[in-house]
Amino acid sequence: MILAIDSSIGSTVAVVDPDTEEVLGQAQSETSRGHAEVIGTLIQQSLDRAGLTPADITAVAAGMGPGPFTGLRIGIAAARAFAIGRGIPVVPVASHDGAALEILERDPHAEFVIVTDARRRENAVSAYAGLKGGLPNRIAGPELLPHTADPHSYLAEILTIARDSADSAQKGSISSDLQNLGTTTSIPAAALAKLAARQLAAGTTAELGPLYLRAPDAKIPGAVKRVST
Amino acid sequence: MTEPLVLGIETSCDETGIGIVRGRTLLSNTIASSMDEHARYGGVVPEVAARAHLDALQPTIEQAIAEAGIRLQDLDAVAVTSGPGLSGALMVGVGAAKALAVSLEKPLYAVNHLVGHIAADIVTPDSEPLEYPTIALLVSGGHTSLLHVREITTDVEMLGETIDDAAGEAFDKVARILGLPYPGGPQIDRAAVGGDPNAIRFPRGLSRASDMAAHRWDFSFSGLKTSVARWVEQHEGEDLPVADVAASFREAVVDVLVTKALDACEERGVPRLLLGGGVIANKRLREVALERAAARGVTVRIPPLSLCTDNGAMIAALASQLISSGRRPSTLDFGADSTLPVTEIQVAERP
Ligand SMILES: [Zn+2]
Repeated sequence: MILAIDSSIGSTVAVVDPDTEEVLGQAQSETSRGHAEVIGTLIQQSLDRAGLTPADITAVAAGMGPGPFTGLRIGIAAARAFAIGRGIPVVPVASHDGAALEILERDPHAEFVIVTDARRRENAVSAYAGLKGGLPNRIAGPELLPHTADPHSYLAEILTIARDSADSAQKGSISSDLQNLGTTTSIPAAALAKLAARQLAAGTTAELGPLYLRAPDAKIPGAVKRVST
Repeated sequence: MTEPLVLGIETSCDETGIGIVRGRTLLSNTIASSMDEHARYGGVVPEVAARAHLDALQPTIEQAIAEAGIRLQDLDAVAVTSGPGLSGALMVGVGAAKALAVSLEKPLYAVNHLVGHIAADIVTPDSEPLEYPTIALLVSGGHTSLLHVREITTDVEMLGETIDDAAGEAFDKVARILGLPYPGGPQIDRAAVGGDPNAIRFPRGLSRASDMAAHRWDFSFSGLKTSVARWVEQHEGEDLPVADVAASFREAVVDVLVTKALDACEERGVPRLLLGGGVIANKRLREVALERAAARGVTVRIPPLSLCTDNGAMIAALASQLISSGRRPSTLDFGADSTLPVTEIQVAERP
């Protein structure tokens, strides 16, 4: 059974059967604050609702962001620590891929952009064009765009680049039918668990660190300021 | 359960500390420091520290387990620092500790970082049991606190603390004024070799008669830092007597720390002083404290340096004391509290 934890926006936790992809239990807190307070309870609730014990978990999927750093780290820390406790692997997954999978399960050929608020008048965006090997085909991102930038012109631009470089077989699969999805406000942990299950089955899990997309705020100090008047 | 086996997680500042203790016995004390990453900024950058904690967590836990020679399933409890400290840094430890406790199905104890510094003494190898009450002086880059400890699990009183910079920060800032790299403590020590500690009379913060009413046990190092800066500016163009400036600055810090700590011992009628925190690495501070304490009939205890700097063993040690005294575990609902008062020795005890 796969436990997935994501705290890139709110906190979401789910337990999924990797063979059937059935969601066995999940719990979430939609607020973008208080991740540290709720994370333990959400994990416990997901297990309880699934009727499972920690020993039943065979891998942990960790949502690696992007998202506000302080909250994001709590879920990653929890995912890693849970895995240490059971001696099981962590599968890092880009959080946007989880949101993308939900859309692609309804329409496997959809082309769209996942947009999440990155604060400071910026959005984090990832562009997708259908599924590839059962995983969302992320053709660009995640990266930061100003709030004022139109994600659809962004996607159109990405698709043009993708078409130019694609061979003729792939060209046919890319449509120009852009979908307006608005801003994603919740990352489905169950989808992250499914992605982890598919990667584990295919042996395609990859190293992925936290997707901060910004360097820490820190200034190299200049000359010492004078204090004498 | 007389000898609980506890793993402690500490991430309140720039050290990722994982410690494992069995009762009063230290089994491992593993520390990953992000100090070098802060050097170019001249001080701890909270976001840099928090990122480093997340990176260091897994390898540090694994190393601590290997060194202790235990299996995680053997643990009786997991412990974690809830505060005080840098909130983003604390939250990494809190998130990890909760998930570890849930995955192991073990109780979790959320504890106070400052009281943890006192517990460090308890797991100091080959030491006599800590006697109560004791006065404790905890000095680091993150805090400067004077405590009256009547009993470690139930009764700790904050006498005073810094109202501006921590003592360790003062060392960092003055090192910068003198053109020395970060961290300032060891640099100032090196620069002070051969210097005259009485060459320049720098101010002793909050030590005037007029300060005694409101700030009898508080500290202030911001004025001292400014005073050093002013002195250096006034002697611009001259051959700066760096050794004298460094020695005189350090003397001012040490003097005010030791004076207030020993005055507290006297006023409270407690002939015992426990030192803790990374600044205790300062040799001059230890010397002056031991010398003046002896003259005033006060016994000084100083844990080894690896237990004075922030570490997970002290957090595990405090939880071990709480367990032995019959305290219930914490709920899963606590958060990180950057200003957790010292009276909250354990956070969110289960009803
Ligand atoms: Zn400390």
